[in-house]
Amino acid sequence: MSSKIVDNTFPAGSHYFSGNEAVAEGAIAAGCRYYAGYPITPSSDIMERISVRFNEVHGVFMQMEDEIASICSVIGAVWAGAKAMTATSGPGFSLMQEGIGYAALTETPLVIVDIQRAGPGTGQATRVASGDLMQAKWGSHGDYQVIALCPWSVQEMYDLTIDAFNLAEQYRVPVFLMGEEAIGHLRERVELKTALTVFDREKKKGAPPFGTKQDDGIPPMPAFGEGEKLLVTGSTHNERGIRKTDDPEAHTRLVARINNKILANRDKIIQTESLYTDDAEVVIVSYGFTARSCLFAVNQLRSEGKRAGLLRLKTIWPFADRIVREMSSTVKKLFIPEMNRGQLMGEVMKYAKGEVIAYHQTDGEIIHPSTVIEKMRSLL
Amino acid sequence: MARDLEAYLRPGIASTPFCPGCGHGILMNLILRAIDELEIDMDEMLFVSGIGCAGWIPSPHFNADTLHTLHGRAIAFATGAKMFNPKLKVMVISGDGDLTSIGGNHLIHAARRNTDLTVICANNMIYGMTGGQAASTSPLGARTSTSMDGTIYRPFDLCKLVLGAGAPYAARFAVTQPVSLIKAIKSCLTTTGFTFIEVLSPCPTQFGRRNRYESPADMMNLLMERCISKDEAARMSVEQLKDRIVTGEFTNGRP
Repeated sequence: MSSKIVDNTFPAGSHYFSGNEAVAEGAIAAGCRYYAGYPITPSSDIMERISVRFNEVHGVFMQMEDEIASICSVIGAVWAGAKAMTATSGPGFSLMQEGIGYAALTETPLVIVDIQRAGPGTGQATRVASGDLMQAKWGSHGDYQVIALCPWSVQEMYDLTIDAFNLAEQYRVPVFLMGEEAIGHLRERVELKTALTVFDREKKKGAPPFGTKQDDGIPPMPAFGEGEKLLVTGSTHNERGIRKTDDPEAHTRLVARINNKILANRDKIIQTESLYTDDAEVVIVSYGFTARSCLFAVNQLRSEGKRAGLLRLKTIWPFADRIVREMSSTVKKLFIPEMNRGQLMGEVMKYAKGEVIAYHQTDGEIIHPSTVIEKMRSLL
Repeated sequence: MARDLEAYLRPGIASTPFCPGCGHGILMNLILRAIDELEIDMDEMLFVSGIGCAGWIPSPHFNADTLHTLHGRAIAFATGAKMFNPKLKVMVISGDGDLTSIGGNHLIHAARRNTDLTVICANNMIYGMTGGQAASTSPLGARTSTSMDGTIYRPFDLCKLVLGAGAPYAARFAVTQPVSLIKAIKSCLTTTGFTFIEVLSPCPTQFGRRNRYESPADMMNLLMERCISKDEAARMSVEQLKDRIVTGEFTNGRP
């Protein structure tokens, strides 16, 4: 794997972007030159901006016939050498799940942006939720790992989109940017740098594209048209891509490696942010848009002399198990407010040593800072 | 497989995986023969296939880049690869269930967009790999494992379907018409835009044994009896055309 410094594709300095516009610019800056998508609220404006901007950067934009075709054509483009992305929302994310499993098994690096809306079903298309976290982790059948990031600001919609491409290339894995409707359509200031670091997938002529000596290794990845006579299949395969559909040892080895390559590197992958946690009695574990309300609440409570803290998960998958465990051993309680029925609460409870208090809100509205303050007051 | 085509096979490939009497081995041979006659470098080719018996025609047998995809999605994968790297010569080879039932939407949209792909649909009129269930291409009245009293729905006319969706070229031939098939495959490989061939390929294992064609030869004979050229068809009455399969090359009257 190799990293390089590249010029930004958009003028440096301050810009006033919506979250979805920032995603499009972050993708282009990271080197994304293939995009396929299907219209869906509230993510369509990512595709609209890409369709215009790709004319300027010579990218290939395809509006496909559905989300299934979108994810599949992205995988095809990646194997033809592209950095590629699609963006969608709840129902479209559901349709993409089979393709996501294919990408995980074939170790195809790609980025999927899910601007989460209130579900299940068609739900409330224009309303906010964070209801797709478990789907990001477990949506396709079988055992696999992905990386999922949760931005809390428009700046992070930009920065974490670049991170998503870099992580995908480093680990040959599908990476999800789990935005929420409220951040997709929020407008705020974004600072762009003149240059950024990007990663390109490792290539090694003649090397097996689906196996390494280590059981948690990441193999190099050639592209079609390079004379490698590649065999790519979503069936269980050996290190050269030959189908092994009834060999117990081949299946064990492949499934173990696509899981281990992420789990063994999770300390390098996981990004978190802690605020006032050193002396806190109650720490809020939060992510995405809700963490903004939590930050306001913690600042307010601190100004009143209350020992509140905030642990913000920028990476939700792989889960920050060790950080949550350590945090829980130094505080009285963990509090986790979510715009779902407690999806990450279960994960926190799995690793926390002490008491975990949850707040669930599924009314299509954001969790207001006053709600967090009120709940926290009863815990402190 | 004729030995003179062995250079096109991945080293180590000793035989086809197909049942005795299956037409897919013949089709495999004819595709390679067309490539050989056109002297196309296999390093320029990308073969994309879906799930099912026909998905195994190129993967892993052809000594070129191959992409064996999800069920029904071969054309969508192929679209991404072709659109990002137009230098690749992309051929999709898959079955009737894969391309026209679960993947039907991708088929008509690729035809509508006139994406530069060659799609070869090996039509055995049944779901072979999963045990002989009724397909969207099973003839009316065919006995299958999910229609023991005969299918009650009409099959697609695949050439009309893709032409209706805007494809500039479609052809239909059986594996019993090898010379015409090679010519049609060569036409596709030398034509820019979306090109489609429906190849009728017998499945004695799943279709034949349920429909009283006791041996593979019976199924070959049936195809030879039923297939007529479009010129012959033009001279026949509706009554005479019953149970016949009209073969030939069809265009949309577009350049």
